[in-house]
Amino acid sequence: MLRGKVHKYGADVNTDVIIPARYLNIYDPVELAAHCMEDIDQDFLKKVEPGDIMMATTNFGCGSSREHAPMAIKAAGISCVIAKSFARIFFRNAINIGLPLLECEEAVDSTESGDVLEVDLSRGGIKNVTKGLSFTAIPYPDFMAEIISSGGLIEYTKKRLASRRA
Amino acid sequence: MTLAEKILAAHADRKKVSPGEFVNAKVDVVLSNDITAPIAIKEFQKIGTSRVFDPEKIVMVLDHFMPSRDIASAEIAKMMREFCREQKVVFFEIGKAGIEHVLLPEQGIVLPGQVVIGGDSHTCTYGAVGAFATGVGSTDLAAAMATGDLWMKVPPTIKFVYHGSLGKWVGGKDLILHTISNIGVDGALYSAMEFTGEAIDALSMDGRFTMANMAIEAGGKAGLFRVDNKTQLYIKSKARQPYNVYEPDPDAEYAGVIEYDITGLEPQVAFPHSPANARPVSQAGNVKIDQAIVGSCTNGRLDDLRVAGQILKGKSVHPSVRCIVIPGSQQVYAEALNEGLIGTFIEAGAAVSTPTCGPCFGGHMGVLAGGERCISTTNRNFVGRMGHPKSEVYLANPAVAAASAVTGRITHPDELVK
Repeated sequence: MLRGKVHKYGADVNTDVIIPARYLNIYDPVELAAHCMEDIDQDFLKKVEPGDIMMATTNFGCGSSREHAPMAIKAAGISCVIAKSFARIFFRNAINIGLPLLECEEAVDSTESGDVLEVDLSRGGIKNVTKGLSFTAIPYPDFMAEIISSGGLIEYTKKRLASRRA
Repeated sequence: MTLAEKILAAHADRKKVSPGEFVNAKVDVVLSNDITAPIAIKEFQKIGTSRVFDPEKIVMVLDHFMPSRDIASAEIAKMMREFCREQKVVFFEIGKAGIEHVLLPEQGIVLPGQVVIGGDSHTCTYGAVGAFATGVGSTDLAAAMATGDLWMKVPPTIKFVYHGSLGKWVGGKDLILHTISNIGVDGALYSAMEFTGEAIDALSMDGRFTMANMAIEAGGKAGLFRVDNKTQLYIKSKARQPYNVYEPDPDAEYAGVIEYDITGLEPQVAFPHSPANARPVSQAGNVKIDQAIVGSCTNGRLDDLRVAGQILKGKSVHPSVRCIVIPGSQQVYAEALNEGLIGTFIEAGAAVSTPTCGPCFGGHMGVLAGGERCISTTNRNFVGRMGHPKSEVYLANPAVAAASAVTGRITHPDELVK
């Protein structure tokens, strides 16, 4: 069970603002996290506490293919991102590196920055503790759930290669 | 099946695939650059397999912070050189390369009917030659480098039909900006875009590359064109291996069909801070600019430089503007030199750079200060994209960018060249 305070953003939050390109010759997650969201929310790092939850409306993570974006969010201490929809490359990248994403329109519409949420990833349950509301996110397809339960794409690939050799 | 479905089915050893299905697709090219390769290499090493699945299908290009901007970038280039040497994968060195999405088609590396994945969102560019090409992240690259395939969700296809004929100074950039402003930056989210119609038939290959390139700006997974005589002519001299041409079935099912009559369409300018914020150049108002960029994976090809040269010939860049022209590859550079275009740019007072992605993403070679405005032939105008978070980027075609460089404000090319 995840529990944390919500940091909410609007539509089309792009990877250039999640982690500006000037830092893309860094690939250490902790160093990247130091610049996460700095072009649209300078106080983000001051506000965020380990386990907090990022929330946005539609098309979160649009723009470039940089995996630095979910890496920076994860290393900043964010435990999961909830949005109405995600851009597809960001979605893949987050699943591949083990940053949980949940799609849930109702939860986004009923939640404000600062609300405390509890999230049960195994069943997609989202509880807004501050407001006393509960929601259920769209479940992952089986195929993707397998990547997640393997611990990300690298572990999943190791298993696949091992079974090919067997 | 649509064009995208045909290609994916063939690469997943399936007779038929439908939107929403998950498949493991064999990949023909796995591309990465100096931003996505370092993490891909580190993740590949974690998988614990000693060799990549096929060194000839893996391509690494130095183009973003290259030639090396600083020590960190130089270290990345060094790491990539070492990995490529050890794994014998295809590597493009400074001086023999260019911007990946200009380079790979001209080198005959991407071909019709292929599945291409690239650690760069603009990998969708190769849809112009009838490939299914899509951007992925570094961990996806690592997995594909080890296995030779990658999981994909078969996207629904939206068909875009362009009727009518292209006006003067109007090209692929204007068609795609017009489209994105119509459907929005998530208007094709998770979908394949199939571009067709008589205006597309009339469009040059360079114009098609520009359109396919920006499919991602509408959230698209891929942006595909059918192979026609122009494609065949373009590919013929370059292909070093056989390829398959796929055609969409007459009864293919589309998630939507969107039609435009583009007769009378003006050159478009996308205002900050969204590629969907386009309006006709005549309605731009009086927008003064500090910088003009002609180049990038979107508009750094020979056709683009020719158009810019037509405008800049015998004219001077405005005293309060710096104009930077970046040929997209060494080959484009050499051809532009032969045609006298480079001389035209230098005489006009423009800076001409070695191929690099540099300024497009605020990396180097034309980063903006706070409060500055740039008109650019690149693909994104997000907050801080080209430098300072308080700077502004206006997206346009090469004719508009060049004309604006001369007048110092966003300008219709007709104003300078009738």
